[in-house]
Amino acid sequence: MTTPVDVLIIGAGASGAAVAWSLAETKMHILCLEQGDWMKPSEYPSTGRDWEARQLDDFHISPNRRARNTDYPINDADSPIKIANFNGVGGGTVLYAGHFPRLHPSDFCVRTLDGIADDWPIDYVTLEPFYAENDRMMGVSGLAGDPAYPPHEPMMPPLPLGKSGATLSRGLNRLGWHWWPSDSAIASVDYEGRARCINLGHCTSGCAQGAKASTDITYWPAAIRAGVELRTRCRVREITTNEHGMASGAVYYDADGVEHFQPAEVVILACNAVGTARILLNSGSARFPCGLANSSGLVGKNLMFHPYARIAGYFDETLDGYRGPGNCIWSQEFYETDHSRGFVRGYTFEFSRGQGPVMAAVHGMQIGRLPWGTEHHRAYRKLFCHRTGMVAICEDLPEEHNTVTLDPVMKDANGIPAPKITYTLSENSRRMLDHAVARATEILRAAGAYDVWSEAPISEGGWHLMGTARMGTDPARSVVNEWGRSHDVKNLFIVDGSIFVTSGGVNPTRTIQALALYIADSMKHRLATLFD
Amino acid sequence: MLSADQCRSLRCLAEMMIPPSAEYGVPSAGDDAIFGDILQSLGRDAEHVMAVLRTLDAMAGAPFADLDTRRRDAVAAQLRETGGEALTCLTRIILQCYYRDDRVMRSLGMEPRPPFPEGFEVEQDDWSLLDPVRARPKLYRDAG
Repeated sequence: MTTPVDVLIIGAGASGAAVAWSLAETKMHILCLEQGDWMKPSEYPSTGRDWEARQLDDFHISPNRRARNTDYPINDADSPIKIANFNGVGGGTVLYAGHFPRLHPSDFCVRTLDGIADDWPIDYVTLEPFYAENDRMMGVSGLAGDPAYPPHEPMMPPLPLGKSGATLSRGLNRLGWHWWPSDSAIASVDYEGRARCINLGHCTSGCAQGAKASTDITYWPAAIRAGVELRTRCRVREITTNEHGMASGAVYYDADGVEHFQPAEVVILACNAVGTARILLNSGSARFPCGLANSSGLVGKNLMFHPYARIAGYFDETLDGYRGPGNCIWSQEFYETDHSRGFVRGYTFEFSRGQGPVMAAVHGMQIGRLPWGTEHHRAYRKLFCHRTGMVAICEDLPEEHNTVTLDPVMKDANGIPAPKITYTLSENSRRMLDHAVARATEILRAAGAYDVWSEAPISEGGWHLMGTARMGTDPARSVVNEWGRSHDVKNLFIVDGSIFVTSGGVNPTRTIQALALYIADSMKHRLATLFD
Repeated sequence: MLSADQCRSLRCLAEMMIPPSAEYGVPSAGDDAIFGDILQSLGRDAEHVMAVLRTLDAMAGAPFADLDTRRRDAVAAQLRETGGEALTCLTRIILQCYYRDDRVMRSLGMEPRPPFPEGFEVEQDDWSLLDPVRARPKLYRDAG
């Protein structure tokens, strides 16, 4: 048996890092177990000539394609949207784009405002100070004054508009539609020891410059300095419980496949909405026959993605192409509910720049714009650096039939059952995607595109994982309470995207981290009565 | 890993996909250096590539590279109709090796180097474009 700890955190990604850092000031013995490795920025793809090829190989967003020793397989055959993740210190923030929007006030009360889904047990005002604290730790570039949001102050200037942003914003202005420089977790100037962005154009395969805020270079160094222990290559199989029904620790495998038991007074799950549900469901016992913390039956249910549409236009003029951070501007013209559109809730447009030389070719051929033979070169030169566009991030509503369960056959390298995803795109989402593609086409045409292409949903776009251990005040309708503690197991907490009640229509990382800080703060204020 | 006949077929297919261009001053994808890169880059997709080449030779009824031009074109067209995921993999490997070749990158106006550490320049901003948006009232709804 290993030395008992006060707090055991499982997962060193966006939320695990934030909660570890925040709790460190208590001087409790805090240990984090992470199944992946520390990343080496000097080995990120953008440091080599094969930078685009590696994005389709050992830095692929799908764990099934990437298949590193540190990954676990996921059966997502029964979902039109495939899972994207990363396992390592920093988790998904290693590969995310760094788009960093907040949820809106309305996102926390969709039942009250729109009569659908459920309200959150907390509101925007509650999270606001934790958004601000997280912004300081991650470092956010942007521009104050966005009419789509309550006032907040990014601490760095916005990322450059560039040729692509300027072209797209002119199109939006012609239509009279909202746009604004995106809030981004990318340093536009030197920030807290991180060098400013130098426009590598490859944010989603790890940032070799260190300008993008992945938690291995933001929270973790600070948490470790404050005394938190981070142990890598430790894959947790299950959370154990004692005779009182309290969590007693976790069983994990080290890099050599040797089984260990780590005892702990408090256990915090931070493994995303797939990994957390998987561990809880695999932690069943005589006392908890349907998995741990699952008296509601909702662990693994209400899985939400953000169904994505990708829409791109081809222009005569030369645009940014392979240069620049992918992040640019966003539009929330269609974010809030308008029943005349034929769906409830809404979506965000996030505009990107272009593609590198390889991806321009691969994608051009996939979509039939790039021929074989003598016309290849002429056609390629009309694509390369002449494309820009956007994605639409559509709010996904919680539905109990969208689930994470344990696959009865597939297992990982340690023999732990793999997660199985069962997901159906709702009619509301389909209508929203159709609307987004139509409006995006208008934007691109107004901006001067001579050709427009779209894909909806993006089949590989399961980046955002939410809802499988939702928070709420009613133990029959939720897994954790309004400050992240399991209703069933009083020393078990969840701080990742699992606890989202609804998804909003924006990237969730900023909210996931604000929630983790809020839950840590709630724990610190209740230390004497934490298990009451 | 590939037999001599399979290598010839793959090279032939690569040249058909991307022939040389005097206009742009670029080699074909069957160029020695590029094709060498292709052979070394099959990696985890080697099985897919082998499957395509087996299909190609089966369609041809002989080593694909030994066919005359007209017959090659017909077989390649048939392959493109039916190749599926395996052909997508093979195509990607050819493209990723071709478009990272020094000569090809230079012809596109790029320096043949990785993005890091030098990075790239992106144009500065004209934030006056935001003026009409700044004039708008707030878009977000207050909580209930």
